Amino acid sequence: MDRHLLSIVLFAPLAGLLVLLLIPSSNRTLIRVWANVAAFAGFLVSLPLVFRFDKSAAGFQFVESMDWIPSLGVKYAIGIDGISLLLVMLTTVVGFLAILSSWSAIDTHVKEYYAMFLLQQTGIIGVFVALDFFLFYVFWEVVLVPMYFIIGVWGGPRKLYAAIKFFLYTVAGSVLMLLGILTLYFQHYQQFGFYTFEIAELMKLNLPLGLERWVFWAFFIGFAIKVPMFPFHTWLPDAHVEAPTAGSVILASILLKMGTYGFIRFSLPLLPKASIDQTIVGVLAALSIVAIIYGAMVSLMQQDWKKLVAYSSVSHLGFCTLGIFALNPNGIAGSVIQQINHGISTGMLFLIIGIVYERRHTREIAEYGGLGHVMPRYATVFAIAMLSSAGLPLLNGFIGEFTILQGAFEANRAWAGFAVVGVVLGAAYLLWLYQRTILGQVTNAKNLHLPDLNLREMAVFLPLIAWAIWIGVYPKPYFDVLEKPVQQIVERVRPGYYQAGTANARAAAPHSPSAALEGGSR
Amino acid sequence: MLHLWLIPALPLAGFLINGLAGRRLPKALVNAVGIGSVALSFLWVLKTVLAVEAWDAAHVERYFTWIESGDFRVGFDLAVDRLSTVMLLVVTGVGLLIHIYSAGYMAHEGGYYRFFAYLNLFMFFMLLLVLAANYLLLFVGWEGVGLCSYLLIGFWFLKKSASNAANKAFIVNRIGDFGFLLAMFLMVVTFGSLDFGTVFGAVEGKPPGTLTLIALLLMLGAAGKSAQVPLYVWLPDAMEGPTPVSALIHAATMVTAGVYMVSRSWLLYTHAPGALEVVACVGLFTAVFSATIGLVQTDLKKIFAYSTVSQLGYMFLGLGVGAFSAGIFHLMTHAFFKALLFLGAGSVIHALAGEQDIRNMGGLRKHTPWTFLTLMCAGVAIAGIPPFSGFHSKDAILLAALHHAPWMYWVGVITAAMTAFYVFRALFLTFFGRYRGSAHPHESPAVMLAPLAVLAGLSLAGGYFPVTHWLDPVFHTEEGSHAAWAVWTSVAAGLSGIALAYLFYVARPGLADALASSLRGLYTLIYNKYFVDEMYDTAVVRPVVSGSRGFLWKVVDAGIIDGAVNGIGARARDIGGLLRLLQSGNIRNYAAWVVAGSILMILGIGMWGGAR
Repeated sequence: MDRHLLSIVLFAPLAGLLVLLLIPSSNRTLIRVWANVAAFAGFLVSLPLVFRFDKSAAGFQFVESMDWIPSLGVKYAIGIDGISLLLVMLTTVVGFLAILSSWSAIDTHVKEYYAMFLLQQTGIIGVFVALDFFLFYVFWEVVLVPMYFIIGVWGGPRKLYAAIKFFLYTVAGSVLMLLGILTLYFQHYQQFGFYTFEIAELMKLNLPLGLERWVFWAFFIGFAIKVPMFPFHTWLPDAHVEAPTAGSVILASILLKMGTYGFIRFSLPLLPKASIDQTIVGVLAALSIVAIIYGAMVSLMQQDWKKLVAYSSVSHLGFCTLGIFALNPNGIAGSVIQQINHGISTGMLFLIIGIVYERRHTREIAEYGGLGHVMPRYATVFAIAMLSSAGLPLLNGFIGEFTILQGAFEANRAWAGFAVVGVVLGAAYLLWLYQRTILGQVTNAKNLHLPDLNLREMAVFLPLIAWAIWIGVYPKPYFDVLEKPVQQIVERVRPGYYQAGTANARAAAPHSPSAALEGGSR
Repeated sequence: MLHLWLIPALPLAGFLINGLAGRRLPKALVNAVGIGSVALSFLWVLKTVLAVEAWDAAHVERYFTWIESGDFRVGFDLAVDRLSTVMLLVVTGVGLLIHIYSAGYMAHEGGYYRFFAYLNLFMFFMLLLVLAANYLLLFVGWEGVGLCSYLLIGFWFLKKSASNAANKAFIVNRIGDFGFLLAMFLMVVTFGSLDFGTVFGAVEGKPPGTLTLIALLLMLGAAGKSAQVPLYVWLPDAMEGPTPVSALIHAATMVTAGVYMVSRSWLLYTHAPGALEVVACVGLFTAVFSATIGLVQTDLKKIFAYSTVSQLGYMFLGLGVGAFSAGIFHLMTHAFFKALLFLGAGSVIHALAGEQDIRNMGGLRKHTPWTFLTLMCAGVAIAGIPPFSGFHSKDAILLAALHHAPWMYWVGVITAAMTAFYVFRALFLTFFGRYRGSAHPHESPAVMLAPLAVLAGLSLAGGYFPVTHWLDPVFHTEEGSHAAWAVWTSVAAGLSGIALAYLFYVARPGLADALASSLRGLYTLIYNKYFVDEMYDTAVVRPVVSGSRGFLWKVVDAGIIDGAVNGIGARARDIGGLLRLLQSGNIRNYAAWVVAGSILMILGIGMWGGAR
């Protein structure tokens, strides 16, 4: 069982999809029940990954490897380390909750709707577990299709524009990424005499810096569009605004992480020389900081509830990319934790919008106001989601933000100085949103009799709230599983970092002056 | 193990019970949980204080590792020492009295259980702040009390002004947090830790520039939380919250967190004398600046709010001139008399069915004698009249200031005179003369009066708690010179302030208006609080808002970036449109293209071949 555990996790949603196809379209209740069961089963089979994961082991676990297309050197190679473990768990949990949240929201093409979600689950998990670049690329593209249809079929009034924009944007990015992958593939053949897409093999490559830089930029376009980093972010607000609630949840919580994951898994380890190149790091950090502040400021001004949260994602993901390119343990570990945090808190924020959208069919902030009066439970849940997103201590967001900023500060003080501005602005747009929607008198008669959260809706939020508190109060398990993989990546990019680091840590113990200063600045 | 964790955990339990189930609980049970949890916490503090054997070093309890990333580790550690003992007693003691008072004050409000849940949550975070054994855990409490302040200022969230004030408080505090966060990052890089013990043990020999920067950044955080210039603007607005909240959070406890944090970091500051001087100047300027505003306000709570800002300035002045124990001493006595002033003001407002404008009060000493008496106790305490509590603590600060720099002493004395004047102006206008309003004043119930009486006793006699003596082993303060003339000068200043207030508002009531109209310009300036809010609005808020909307969103995002994206799309479509002309669907057309193509190919091959 253990030998194929990861494959089971990977294909469980697909199996669920196959059974779903056998159910007649007219039996909507059965379709809904089955889709929820399948998604929940997908979560259950992923749980053993957590319990059997060995956090003290370096390298990948649950590894499976076999030839897939031998003539091209393509393998079916999968496996996870701490980073992918967390993202896989995020996917199975949020994926299930997103499907649960759609129960009463979708009335047309119900079967196809759930089919798309299940297909997407397999695609996303595949991205996070693939150890073969070809396999990764296949899953990367597989993910695109269901999301395109989810936006384009079940979306809002401008759904076609949004869906096509989403599709073209990401395809453009992935084509460039493919060029980068193929460059590595042929370079590997030149240096070692056989063709392979395996990550571990490709890591043995020794490329000239110039070529590494080119490949880095090719990957960059692919990943940066997905994240999305400034200035490639304009597909995101449109996609979010038009997507149905569950689509937005998956998009924000999980799909965006494919980009940040790409940087961590591929850009840094495969292209270590380019990754510490002064210019590249400078540009990436600058774009991240711009995203943090710019996203927050534009978010501040939005009249559309979903757009506001979409721009806030740009700001939050800016923290994640900043952490990655701080290129130190705090930065990268903080970045991964913040990716999970963003999945939890922004997922909640989109679900919260979905609740009132289902009742009122509008996302205009001005249409609401005083909801706290009619929906007290809703107001409480929203408050927790808002505070978690704003980085209040003892909730999840703070842990990620603080660790990232600490890492950024160690890398370059000015980065942290600018990025902290985003923390201030983050409080501003969220509190103002909360005030305009929840506080005050009910200003619109249509909102006077909105029903509060029902049991199913509470069931969607409670696990996310519990998770947010867990990470906020006791994040140690997360830091534990991340320690080894982060260490490997940092060591790969900056050889010798840890020898120097431990020496400094020893020197920084009480009563011995000033050595930590050099440890911090590169 | 002294089980320090119980001290904050008890109110947290109260919060959870009332927060989750309070809606369905009877009021008596909500009271029992809300007040009882704080009472137990207070008792546990007493037990802890008696149980500590050695006070020379902090008693630290380590529970679990909270954050651990690489070499960087932060534990969930609590500690108690002489300094935190004073804070713990003030927070739980005064907090308990205010909880009891609230049971009467809020009795007729909706969301009663919610109010007590928030108050308990506040106590949890405040006690966590005081007990934290490292900066990050202190910051947790710091942010948490800020959150509770937000929730409680906006408690009457149906009022727009209340939710505006709540937002303002949170965001201004976040600006202070900007400094606090950067200070922590710098400390991690410099000391490799955020533990108080490790940091203070390693201060010696660190570059003074770094220490000064850390100290200044921490002071920025303190200025936010403790409402000092330039970040004081949120506190007067915070008076939108229910009055017990103003007493507990915005007078006695939370706003003193900055004072506590700076005192806690005293070793950092004494190694960064420049930063300490900044602390003194900020404190002194805040003290005199906000005292002038307090002179002319007409809202009873706002007067006391500006007074709080001013008194906090005094505390920072004390810290800044090196008299840390005097600063903490004043923090304690201030907690007594300022909580009393607010609770008394609440009693007055309660009696007048919500009226807060002192111009519509007057003559209330006959209607609310107990409130009147207790408020007079607070008045003489804050005015620095011997032998009451404010006299002792204020005097300790002023003497230290004289020792440090005489001009600071003199500015402090002038502020003391103004303090006495505005407090007694408020009291005279409220309780003397004849009643100018239209409500039917009535005395408050015993549940509200009892806390007033206890606080009155503390305000009168609290100066005899040996706080400075208790704290001297912590701060190693040198004994300052005891200049008798300086003591009498400041007492005289306080007395003359009271006398002047009596002259203006009791003996010759027309005099104040005459003076105000003869100094029209100055009066308008001060009455409008020097237009600071308006300046911030013009210089910061508006540019951010219009820059975000007009420039970043409309021009950069929608115009340039998305314009470029859609432009590429449109060009692609144009080119496609041109190419589409080839696909006319006309067979002859296609045949012609085939022929043309063939000819081109043949020509090409021929030329290529010819070139060979």
